[in-house]
Amino acid sequence: MIIQFYVNGAKRQVDAPPMKRLLDLLREDLRLTGTKEGCGEGECGACSVIVDGEVINSCLVPACQIEGTEMITVEGLAKDGRLDPLQQAFLECGGAQCGICTPGMLIAARALLDTCARPTRDQIKEAIAGNLCRCTGYVKIIDAIEQAARAA
Amino acid sequence: MPQSLNVYSPATLADAYAVLAERGGAVKVIAGGTDVMVLMNAHMFDASEFLNIWRLAELRGITDEGETLRIGALTTYTQLIQSPLIQLHMPALVAASRTVGAVQVQNRGTIGGNIVNASPAGDSLPVLAAYDAEIEIGSRRGTRRVAFNQFYTGYRRTVLAPDELVVAARIRKLKDGERDFFCKVGTRRAQAISKVVLAARATATAGTIESISIGIGSVAPTVVRAPETERLLSGRALTPALIEQARQLIANEIAPISDLRSTEHYRRTVTGNVLAKFLRIRGQRPGAGGQGRE
Amino acid sequence: MAVGQNVYRKDGHEKLTGAARYVDDAALDRMLVGKTIRSHIARGRIKAITFDPAYDWSRVIRADYRDIPGKNYVALIENDQPLLAESEVRHCEEPILLIAAESKLLVEEAARHIHISYEELSPLLTIEESLACAEIIYGTDNIIKRFLIGRGDIDEGFEQADRIIEGEYRVPHQEQLYIEPQGMIAIPRGEAMTVMGSMQCPYYVHKAIKQLFNLSDEQAIVIQTTTGGGFGGKEDYPSVIAAHAALLAYKARRPVKLIYDRAEDIAATPKRHPGIIRHRTGVRRDGRMVASEIDIVFDGGAYVTLTPVVLSRGAIHSLGPYRCDNVRIHARAVATNTPPNGAFRGFGAPQVAFAYEMHMEKIAAEMGIDPLELRRINMLREGDITATGQQLKWSVGAEEVLSEAVERSAYREKRRSISEANRAVQAAGAEDNKRRGIGLSFFLHGAGFTGSGESKMKARAGVEINAEGRPRILSGSTEIGQGTRTIFCQIVADELGASFADVDMEEPDTSRVPDSGPTVASRTCMIVGRVVQLAAREVKEKLKRFVAERYAAPEVELIEGNFVAGGKRLAALSEMAREYIAQFGELRAYAEYASPPDIEWDEENYSGDAYPVYSWGAEVAEVEVDMDTYEVRVHKITVAQDIGRAIHPILAEGQIEGGTLQAVGYGLLEELVWDRGRIINNRLTNYIIPTSLDTPEMETIIVEKQYPHGPFGAKGVGELPMNGAAPAIAAAVLHATGAFINEIPVTPERLQSALEDS
Repeated sequence: MIIQFYVNGAKRQVDAPPMKRLLDLLREDLRLTGTKEGCGEGECGACSVIVDGEVINSCLVPACQIEGTEMITVEGLAKDGRLDPLQQAFLECGGAQCGICTPGMLIAARALLDTCARPTRDQIKEAIAGNLCRCTGYVKIIDAIEQAARAA
Repeated sequence: MPQSLNVYSPATLADAYAVLAERGGAVKVIAGGTDVMVLMNAHMFDASEFLNIWRLAELRGITDEGETLRIGALTTYTQLIQSPLIQLHMPALVAASRTVGAVQVQNRGTIGGNIVNASPAGDSLPVLAAYDAEIEIGSRRGTRRVAFNQFYTGYRRTVLAPDELVVAARIRKLKDGERDFFCKVGTRRAQAISKVVLAARATATAGTIESISIGIGSVAPTVVRAPETERLLSGRALTPALIEQARQLIANEIAPISDLRSTEHYRRTVTGNVLAKFLRIRGQRPGAGGQGRE
Repeated sequence: MAVGQNVYRKDGHEKLTGAARYVDDAALDRMLVGKTIRSHIARGRIKAITFDPAYDWSRVIRADYRDIPGKNYVALIENDQPLLAESEVRHCEEPILLIAAESKLLVEEAARHIHISYEELSPLLTIEESLACAEIIYGTDNIIKRFLIGRGDIDEGFEQADRIIEGEYRVPHQEQLYIEPQGMIAIPRGEAMTVMGSMQCPYYVHKAIKQLFNLSDEQAIVIQTTTGGGFGGKEDYPSVIAAHAALLAYKARRPVKLIYDRAEDIAATPKRHPGIIRHRTGVRRDGRMVASEIDIVFDGGAYVTLTPVVLSRGAIHSLGPYRCDNVRIHARAVATNTPPNGAFRGFGAPQVAFAYEMHMEKIAAEMGIDPLELRRINMLREGDITATGQQLKWSVGAEEVLSEAVERSAYREKRRSISEANRAVQAAGAEDNKRRGIGLSFFLHGAGFTGSGESKMKARAGVEINAEGRPRILSGSTEIGQGTRTIFCQIVADELGASFADVDMEEPDTSRVPDSGPTVASRTCMIVGRVVQLAAREVKEKLKRFVAERYAAPEVELIEGNFVAGGKRLAALSEMAREYIAQFGELRAYAEYASPPDIEWDEENYSGDAYPVYSWGAEVAEVEVDMDTYEVRVHKITVAQDIGRAIHPILAEGQIEGGTLQAVGYGLLEELVWDRGRIINNRLTNYIIPTSLDTPEMETIIVEKQYPHGPFGAKGVGELPMNGAAPAIAAAVLHATGAFINEIPVTPERLQSALEDS
C-alpha cells in the first residue's frame, strides 16, 4: 500500500506491505538507521520514535497505522548542524556509552521535555523506564536529561 | 509474517462490523498493536488477515454517564492516566494503567486490547473485576452488555462471537465513603509482568467493612474475584483476627500455579499479605484509599 | 593536558545523531540473509536431516560441516568445539546447518522445511549431575579443568583456630544482555574473506577465519563495526558467527548478513558460569583468619571454550582482599550438556566475591564481631602476601576505599539507627510492613591477563603522525562503549604534547592495525594504554632526533606542538612531520608490552605474581525490604574504587555505575529458567534486567593510588564494579531481615523461603 507521512518535517511516501513494522520502514525504505532494534517486542525501547507528539515503540506499529502522521526520529533532533540541548547534555554528562540505546533514550527524553519542561529526577526515571541501557547504570543519562531541562 | 497479508482499515464502526460479519474468525483485530505485533514479531501466530481499528474515532473517549463512566475500547493507558474523570472516580484504574509496560506501551496499549487479549496477568483487569464493570459488545447484529465477571469462559477464552467487537467498558464510580486499592507485584519496578495483581473496592464505616469486592490477576487461568473472602469480610468489624482470617482464606481461595515468573506458594502468600495490607490501611485510616505502589 | 579531563568522547557526536554505523545498519549490494539451524535437544546423535522435497530449495544456500575448507573447529583454547555439529550434538542450540536466502522472510520460511531427527542420549544438565558421573561426557570424569592453589600449612592453620566456620554459596548463570544483539557480515573477494561486525576482539575472529578457510594473514580481513555493548559476550562467540557468515558467503559467492534476534542471542550465546563455592575457615578469637580452605566448582557447559581461564581467575580471587597464611584452594570446572559458558565482565571473580563476602558476614555473625571490623582485621595491606604468594608491592588502595565507602555512606551510624528503627516498626505493627538494611562489601580485581599471559601475548600498538601533524593510533583494542578511543587519544595527546582534538584512532581493521590482544580483562587502559603511550613516546623520539639533526641542536623538546631548543622555538610539529614524511615516506612507531621488572609467575604450581597490580573496591548498599511481598529495593549504593588514575573521570564513573547496576541485576533479578537444557526465558519480557526505576541512587568515589607501570598511573576499571553489589545487597538484606541468603539472585521467592526456614 502507498503510505504518506512526515518524518522530521519532510513529507515521505513509501509503498510497503500494510503490516510491515514502522521500524523496518524507517530503516529499510527510508534508510534512517539511527532507530535501532534491540528486542522486537516493545521491551527495550531502542526503536522509540515520536509519532504525533507521543513516544512509541516503532517495532510494535504497523505501516497501516501511520498514514498522515508526523514523526521525529533521532536524525531529526539536531537542527542545521546544531545539536539538540539533550544531545549536547548527553555529550557533556557521559550519557552515551556503546550508543545503541542512545537514539531511543534521546527520543523518550525529548517526548518528556516537550510535555514537562522541568521534570523531577523521579519523573525522568519514569519517562525512560521503557528504554533499557546496559552500559551506564542510567545515572549519567538522568543527569544529562536534568541538565538539558535546566539549559532550555 | 506470512507472505501475503490482507489488512482492512475501515473508516467507520459500521464498516468494521461488516468486515467482521464476513471475515470474523479469520481476521485478527489490531488496535494499538502492543500485543498483536509482539506475537507477530515472534512468529507466534499465523493470521493472514487483519482488521485495523486504530482509526475508529467512535471507539475513543471517556463519557460521564452519571453513576458510571463509559470508557471507549480504544482509550489508551496514557489517556486513562491523564483523565480527570478517571483520577477522581476510579483512582485504582489510574494506578493500574501506570504499571502497564512503560510510556511507549501506555501510549499505544488500550483498555479494549487488555480486555480482549484475555491474559490472566492483564494489569487493568483486576480493577474491572473489583468494580463489577460491564463490557459493551457490538456487531452488525446489534449491541449487548456482558458483566465483566462473566466475560471470560476459560484461559484466554471469552464470550465474544467471531463477528463481535468490544466497544466500551462501563464502570460505576466510587460512592461516598467507598475507597479502592491497587497493588501489582511484578518482576521489577517497570516494564514488568505481574506475579500477583490485586485490586479492591470497599465501603467501610467505623471500622466495619460494609461491602468489599476483590479482583485478582495472575493467580488463576483468568482474572478472578474472591467471593468467599468477600463474604467473610462483609459486615464485619476489621479486627486483627479478621484480617488474619481473610489473609489465610484468600490464599486458599485462589488457584495459582508455579511458572516462569513465580511460585504457587509465593502467589498464595503474597495475595494474602497484599489484601491484609489493604485491610490494615482501611482499618487504621477509614478515609484512606490506597495504592500498593506509589 | 587531556589526561584527567572530561573531554567529549570521540564517538559521541556520531552516536548521538544516529550516524554511527552498527553491523545491522549496513546494506550491501546482493547481500543475502543467513540463519543458523540448531539442535533442539541437549545431547544425542543426529540420525537424519531432511529437506522437505516439496519445497523449492533453488533459492536457498545450504551449508553443513562438509563445506568447511579447513578444520571443523572454532579456534580457541582446546579447539574442541565444532563450528557445525557432525554426528552428535552436545547442547541445545548447537549449530548444525546454515542457510541463506534473499530475505529474512524467505530464510525463515525455508527453516520451517528442514527436519532433523535424533537418537537422544541422557544429558547432564547441572553441576551435581556432572560430578555424579552417571554419564561421562568429557574426559574420564567430566572435569574440564582443575587448579590447586596452596600456601602455608592448612592443617596447622586449622589447629591454631578457635573456631571453624563453614559455608556454601551458589551463583547463577547471567546473560550479558548487550542491547545490540550479535551479528556479522561476510564478504568474499576472490580468495580473500572480509568479515565485519559487532565484536570485542578482531584478532580472535581473524584467527578463526584463517583456520577455517586456510587463509593467510592478509587474506582474512576483520573489521569491527560500532559495537553496541559487549561485557565479555562479544569476546569469543563472534568468531562462531563470523565463521558461519563466512561459510555461507564462501558458498554463495555473495555477501551474507547473519544477525541474531534477541531470543536466539539469549538462548545460544555464552553466559556467566554458574558455580558452587564452599568455604571452610579457621578463625582466631580476635577475628584473624588462620586457615582458609576453598572449594570451587564452575559449570563450563558443553565445550571448553574459555572455561579454564575463567576458572583460573575465579580461583585466584577466591580469598578476596584478605590475608591468610594457610590456604588451600581447589577449583574445578565440569562439563554439562548446556551451551558453553564464557566471558562476562569479572570473569569468575563476581562468583567468588559473592561467596567470600557472604562468608565474611557469616564469620562476623558467628563470632560476634562487627562485619566492618572483621574486614579491617583481615584486609590485605601493602607488603602483605596473597593466596598465590604474591607480595603486594605497589598501589594498594584497600584501606582507602574501605574508609571512603564507610565514611561517605555513614555506614556505622546508619547501621545503628536502622536497627533501632526496624525494631520500632516491628513493635508498632505499622501498615507499611517494611524493614531497612545496610550492608557492605570489600573486593579486589587483578588487571590484565593472569600470570604470564601478558608477557606471552606481547600486545602491540602503534602511533603514526600524518603530514598535517595529526597523530593516529594503530591498535586492535576496540571501542565497545567503555571509551577506548577517547582515553587512548588522551594518553597520546599528552605524551606528544598535541591537542586532543587532533588525535584519533585508526579504524579497527586487522589489515591496518596490529594485534593489541583482546579487549577484555580490564587490560585495555592499563596494558594497551601503556603500549600506546610507549609507541607515542617512540614516534616522538624519532622526530626529535630528526629535528635535532635538522637544526643541529643538541637537546630538543616538544612543547605544546612545537619543537624547542634552548628556550627557542624551532618549528611546529606539523611542519617537521611533513618534512620527515617527505624524506622517509611515513612517520610511525610501534611498541610492545613488557611486564614490569620482578614479576614472576610459576605456571606449574600456580604461584607467584598472579597480576601485576590489583584494583580495590568497597561498596555500601542500603535496601528496603517489603515484608508483605518480600521485594528488595536498593535505595542507595556508595562505592569507592581505587583505579590508579582516572584518565577520564566521567568515563571511569560511567564504568563504575554501569558495572554496579549490572551487579545489582546479578544480585537481585537475573536468572535463567531451564527446561531440559533449554533456556525458556530467552526474551526481554522474562529475562529481567534493571530499568531506570530499579536503579538506586549512586555515589561514586574514585581513589587514585597510582600504579607506576600504568599509563599516567592508571590501573584496570572495567570489571571491578561487577564484584561488589551482589554481596553488599545480600548483607543489607541480612541486616534488614535476619535472613542469611547464600544464593543469588535474592528474589522475593528465595527470600520468602529463607524467612520461613529461619
